[in-house]
Amino acid sequence: MQTIQRCLLALGALVAMTGQAAAQEAASLDARVNEIFASSTGWFVNAIFAPIPGTAFPWIVMWLVIGASVFTIYFAFVQFRFFGHAIGLVKGDYSDPNDAGEVSHFQALATALSGTVGLGNIAGVAVAVGIGGPGATFWMILAGLLGMASKFTECTLGVKYRNEYPDGTVSGGPMYYISKGFDELGLPGGKILAVLFSIFCILGALGGGNMFQANQAHAQITQITGDFPGWITGVIFAAVVFAVIVGGIKSIAKVTEKVVPFMGILYVGAAIVVLIVNYNMIGWAFGQIWAGAFTGLGVAGGFVGALIQGFKRAAFSNEAGVGSAAIAHSAVKTKEPITEGFVSLLEPLIDTVVICTMTALVIIISQQLIIDADTGNYVLNEAGTAIATVNDNGGVALTSAAFGSAISWFPFVLAIAVVLFAFSTMISWSYYGLKAWTYLFGEGKTTELVFKIIFCIFIVIGAAASLGPVIDFSDAAIFAMAVVNITALYFLMKVVKKELHSYASRLKSGEIKKYQH
Amino acid sequence: MKLVIGLDGASTGGKALDFAKNLASKTDSCELIVVYVIEWSPFSFQTAEENAERHKRREEEIAIAMERVVNPAVKSLTDAGLSARAIVRHGDVADTIDNIAHKEGADQIVVARTSAGGITSRLFGSSTANLVMNARVPVTVVA
Repeated sequence: MQTIQRCLLALGALVAMTGQAAAQEAASLDARVNEIFASSTGWFVNAIFAPIPGTAFPWIVMWLVIGASVFTIYFAFVQFRFFGHAIGLVKGDYSDPNDAGEVSHFQALATALSGTVGLGNIAGVAVAVGIGGPGATFWMILAGLLGMASKFTECTLGVKYRNEYPDGTVSGGPMYYISKGFDELGLPGGKILAVLFSIFCILGALGGGNMFQANQAHAQITQITGDFPGWITGVIFAAVVFAVIVGGIKSIAKVTEKVVPFMGILYVGAAIVVLIVNYNMIGWAFGQIWAGAFTGLGVAGGFVGALIQGFKRAAFSNEAGVGSAAIAHSAVKTKEPITEGFVSLLEPLIDTVVICTMTALVIIISQQLIIDADTGNYVLNEAGTAIATVNDNGGVALTSAAFGSAISWFPFVLAIAVVLFAFSTMISWSYYGLKAWTYLFGEGKTTELVFKIIFCIFIVIGAAASLGPVIDFSDAAIFAMAVVNITALYFLMKVVKKELHSYASRLKSGEIKKYQH
Repeated sequence: MKLVIGLDGASTGGKALDFAKNLASKTDSCELIVVYVIEWSPFSFQTAEENAERHKRREEEIAIAMERVVNPAVKSLTDAGLSARAIVRHGDVADTIDNIAHKEGADQIVVARTSAGGITSRLFGSSTANLVMNARVPVTVVA
């Protein structure tokens, strides 16, 4: 009881502090936050998104695609060969009944998914299609399919090298497999890479896992209520997140965890309804996706522009190769680390190939993107940076308008979904960030509290800043994680291959078999 | 004879225990298995933090069930000179009791009449009702 009281007091102080500052400079606060933010993070963003010399292609996007392709080939298309087995594992066919009550494959997958399914699928896809045109969808799907192999690699390692503490709790993730795996193979530099990963993971947690979420949630709320300062949304969000992660009020998180999957199903259901209503245009939409993938259909940067946007948003949405999912998946109960690798490869499939594609189809079919009737190409906006849309919508507003054109009341449901998705992604990322934080600074009540408070403050900043600088920084931080993680995966992938061979041969010989339930 | 006694921790569970005790005392040799199932589904949704602590919580849940429900029950049976042992499991109550009884080759399952009422049991049926309908071993429901 005392801890709760203390937490509420601290929370009150936090709100009062932010509230006072805001009252003094209510009008200019958003603008100032934005300015300071853009100027202080610009160099980092530029370094991560620097183009390959002589092209317009950001090297980081190439890095992710090459990584995913290497894993796909190295593991001989594991995402297709073991797809059926992955489904069997999730259904619990191979779970020992004596392990009932431990974390199941389904639970590990669902937890990881609730961290990835969210704004990337709703706002991110709108950004991709809004800038790169329908063709971006093709590259997004391709990136999703390849990304399944990256996810498989990192999540297998996540379970294999996790820490199991005497009190029964577990901690896993890239920082653990990098340092332990490198030691095991006698490679130098594991510790340095692990520290580097942790730093980027903390930034990613504060960026894509926090500010981007708060920012887009605010954007969605103002769509419904009309404009009001972002810090208000930020403070409310921060207060609720604070109550959960510091106050330990698990019931809020519990409710979210139950509502979010329902929202996900509702979202896909609504997308299917829109597609059914416009069934005669589905063929046309796929035609646009196919044509746009190779010609760009007039978008900025042509087909390369479509490709960059598709790959970028897919990576941002499913986080394959980023390493975050390895943290979530590592808590599963299994004797075979590779089984969680198989299960995790379903994640990019559900997230990107299914849900992102649904969003893209709805946006294309609802004709929110303006087409030049004479040429059949898309019309660019005045600045020439993105496709002109009905009412100049972008990001989550574009998705909302697309759904709204078919189901008039859906923007309200979407607003609730966005807020809940944003909230559950924040809770997930607060955990990922915390794991990286404690890896660096050690576990302990005070160090953990420091991180949690910083996390809550960034929610307010994220909600107040405008979309541009926030989305840039969020992308940059998350992709920086992938730089370190994929480097390490190249060194450690032979460990996964050994596991794969051993498991595959035992599966074939019948040594690994289904349990009779 | 082998009897599986399903307990749910509520007061009515005591009646099932008394019934089994009475039945067992009338036969020459009778093995009693006290089963307590902690309601759990592998398809529920949890946060990353809950997952990380799941193993620890599971051990705690089992320890509490043992201490509060199962051990006192087994003790009361052994004190009466009967041979009894305990099983605590996570899972769906009806499925798990049936599985254990089937696997152990039990002759009969003894459970108490459902103790929980209300809207949920009206909607989804009670564990006892599910057990009676689906069990592969004869079930006695003690009122």
